[in-house]
Amino acid sequence: MNEEVRIGIFICHCGTNIGGVIDCPELTAYATTLPNVVFAQDNLYTCSEAGLAQIKKGIEEYNLNRVIVASCSPRTHEPLFRATCQEKGVNPYLFDFVNIRDQCSWVHMHEPEKATEKAKDLIRMGVSRAYHLQSLEKNYVDINSSALIIGGGIAGITAALNLAKRGFEVIIIEKNEQLGGLLNNLNKLFPAQETASNLLKVRDEVFKHENIKIYTSTTIKAVEGFVGNFNIRISTGDEDVQLKVGVIIVATGANVFEPVGMFGYDGEKVITQFQLERLFKEGAFNANQVVMIQCVGARTEERTYCSAVCCMSALKNAKIIQELNPNAQITILHRDIYSPGTEYEKYYREAREKGICFIKYSLEKLPFVEEDSVRVFNHYIQEEVTIPSDLVVLSTPLIAYNDSKEVAQLLKVPRDEYGFFLEAHVKLRPVDFATDGIFVCGCAHWPKDVNETISQAYAAASRASTILSHKTLEVEGAVAKVNESLCVGCGVCMKLCPYDAITRSEEGLAYVRAVVCKGCGLCGASCPSQAITILHFTNDQILAQIGVVMEGK
Amino acid sequence: MEFEPKILGFLCNWCSYAGADLAGVSRIQYPPSLRVIRVMCSGRVDPSFVIQALKTGLDGVIVMGCHLGDCHYIDGNYEAEMKFATLQKLLEPTGLVNRIRLEWVSASEGVRFGEVIKDFTEQIRSLGPSPLRDKENSKPLIEDLNAMEDVVQNFRLRALIARERKITESGNIYERIIPIKNYQEILTEALKSEFIRSKIYLKLKSEPLSVKELSRRLALESSNVLKQVVVLRQRGKVALDRVEGVTPYYTAIGV
Repeated sequence: MNEEVRIGIFICHCGTNIGGVIDCPELTAYATTLPNVVFAQDNLYTCSEAGLAQIKKGIEEYNLNRVIVASCSPRTHEPLFRATCQEKGVNPYLFDFVNIRDQCSWVHMHEPEKATEKAKDLIRMGVSRAYHLQSLEKNYVDINSSALIIGGGIAGITAALNLAKRGFEVIIIEKNEQLGGLLNNLNKLFPAQETASNLLKVRDEVFKHENIKIYTSTTIKAVEGFVGNFNIRISTGDEDVQLKVGVIIVATGANVFEPVGMFGYDGEKVITQFQLERLFKEGAFNANQVVMIQCVGARTEERTYCSAVCCMSALKNAKIIQELNPNAQITILHRDIYSPGTEYEKYYREAREKGICFIKYSLEKLPFVEEDSVRVFNHYIQEEVTIPSDLVVLSTPLIAYNDSKEVAQLLKVPRDEYGFFLEAHVKLRPVDFATDGIFVCGCAHWPKDVNETISQAYAAASRASTILSHKTLEVEGAVAKVNESLCVGCGVCMKLCPYDAITRSEEGLAYVRAVVCKGCGLCGASCPSQAITILHFTNDQILAQIGVVMEGK
Repeated sequence: MEFEPKILGFLCNWCSYAGADLAGVSRIQYPPSLRVIRVMCSGRVDPSFVIQALKTGLDGVIVMGCHLGDCHYIDGNYEAEMKFATLQKLLEPTGLVNRIRLEWVSASEGVRFGEVIKDFTEQIRSLGPSPLRDKENSKPLIEDLNAMEDVVQNFRLRALIARERKITESGNIYERIIPIKNYQEILTEALKSEFIRSKIYLKLKSEPLSVKELSRRLALESSNVLKQVVVLRQRGKVALDRVEGVTPYYTAIGV
């Protein structure tokens, strides 16, 4: 450090909030005795216009190169004081906050002397830290304003169209030959009995839209880069194509579980709901006594989750059967019926009123499918009943595609134990991944119906546009930094980093991509070689605070 | 005058620091024992910080983070938990283990923040002032802490701790998952031997000594001391200084 450290301290009374408990003039006098403090002053309200003017005046008159405010909390007021410092040419990272209100005067209101002593300790710690503060610069990187959408089902095409209409370039890649995903195979959709192919008419818009480029029969091969600047290699089968995009939306959908070896499944007399949809579409449905079995392969020991769409699909298909064959007898064997919300519950009631029979079974006593009937232990009457049948329909869950693992590994995003993609936070960031610039929507996330999928696709597109709509991205200054002379390239930090911000350099050493780093400090606290400095929370700065705690009386 | 404990707290910015602010906004009153260092994540707290804090004579050290599963940085607090468990293992023989604590307090738990500080303060009060406040009479303890500080800065050990979750959850480089119980045994054993090695190393840093003299000063079996001296020599941290008669004397080298 060449320059002499000149610290100025501004102690806030916050009206009587601090001043009514802590002896601020005494604290100010104490502050002037601390090393490198060239100026200390108490103000009634440091955050007021007058208070901020005092800071600026102090910087000018005393040539301050460190500013400390002892007042409320950095969580609320740090940006304000940092900006004031910056106005006068003091780097915002050379500002330090000492919390003597929220964590001192307010919580020790009846012990003014002890509160004053504590405030002195805190100020001494702040001064000690301030001595070691370093100027840091915020950087900016350009953002590529196009989006990659992986998966061309209803989720992917909805998100694509939405982004394209906002004026962004969109690339859709789809592993199958055509867009549309599971909807291609569905007949009608609950609760409005809308024809699935009608909904897929948005495909035409997608094909026509000048901002959208589509690659079918294409898979993703490599992903590099970070938010705003992803480099992606895809394979169309014939050739590899390099893409540059700013954001990625994962809309890879889900697969239908095939119940091989369960309940006599043969694809003819015992079929899945999915196969039933196809019979409807082909006009090939023909049965009089239909038994549906719910939760086949779902909510069991090995697959505990509820697939969320099967109850409603069964109800819908039962209604369709009634329309096609008013004399048909339909029995639904279930463990619970899931029909949340006003619309779906109404739909369920209607099904009951129309004479569809519901029998509850338990996991302990599973139904048994025979040649022309199904035997089931009726949970309510505690008795076994035999139901004649000429068609058995199994409601099976949506499951994650096997290749979701590959996608997850390429993008370095997490999946849950069943292979569905895991969002950053279930409530606060429901369509984001923890990795900036990558989003998820649709059944890739977990099984959901078309309504929810479309809503989520809009959400993902909207979240993506919060990045795409900017020209540049601000890079925080307080990030991790590798000391290359100490790093041995052990790779511990690369595995630990929650954001994958650390990569291996050409020399084999750790390299922090500052744009991706969030400055949590995990790597620094763990690096076996102690080669990582966490800027603005360096070992020096923290040890300086620790070192002076016990120096008070 | 009644003993007023002095406690250092490492508070993560997002949960516990915010919880502490909320305690203030709610005017929750708790003992004026706590001095806070704000860090972005509880996972930032290097175990050596805690040892250094204890060395200053602080009566207690508390590390506070978000509740498990709620970490602002996804899983930084799991790392904090592991580092803390290591510290506990290290400090156990000294009794200082009762002077450190790890707590999860969310941004909405102002009341709980006050309770935690009150409770920890009372715990420390019942233990009395830190023995390290009296520098003159706590020399053996300071030596132990110096060795522990050396241990937690040891490359192998830090790598072992940092890889715990990888090793016990997704497998080591041979894709073999080590059960957590086995891992714990390995860690405990590593801590024990590294601690002895560090003590030997620090002794040899001040003056060259024979194995016999080392074992006397450290109150350890000479066979054990010899074994560790051999390891330290292999690592290039200790070298032969001279031979007096038939007795070799060793010295610490390098940084």
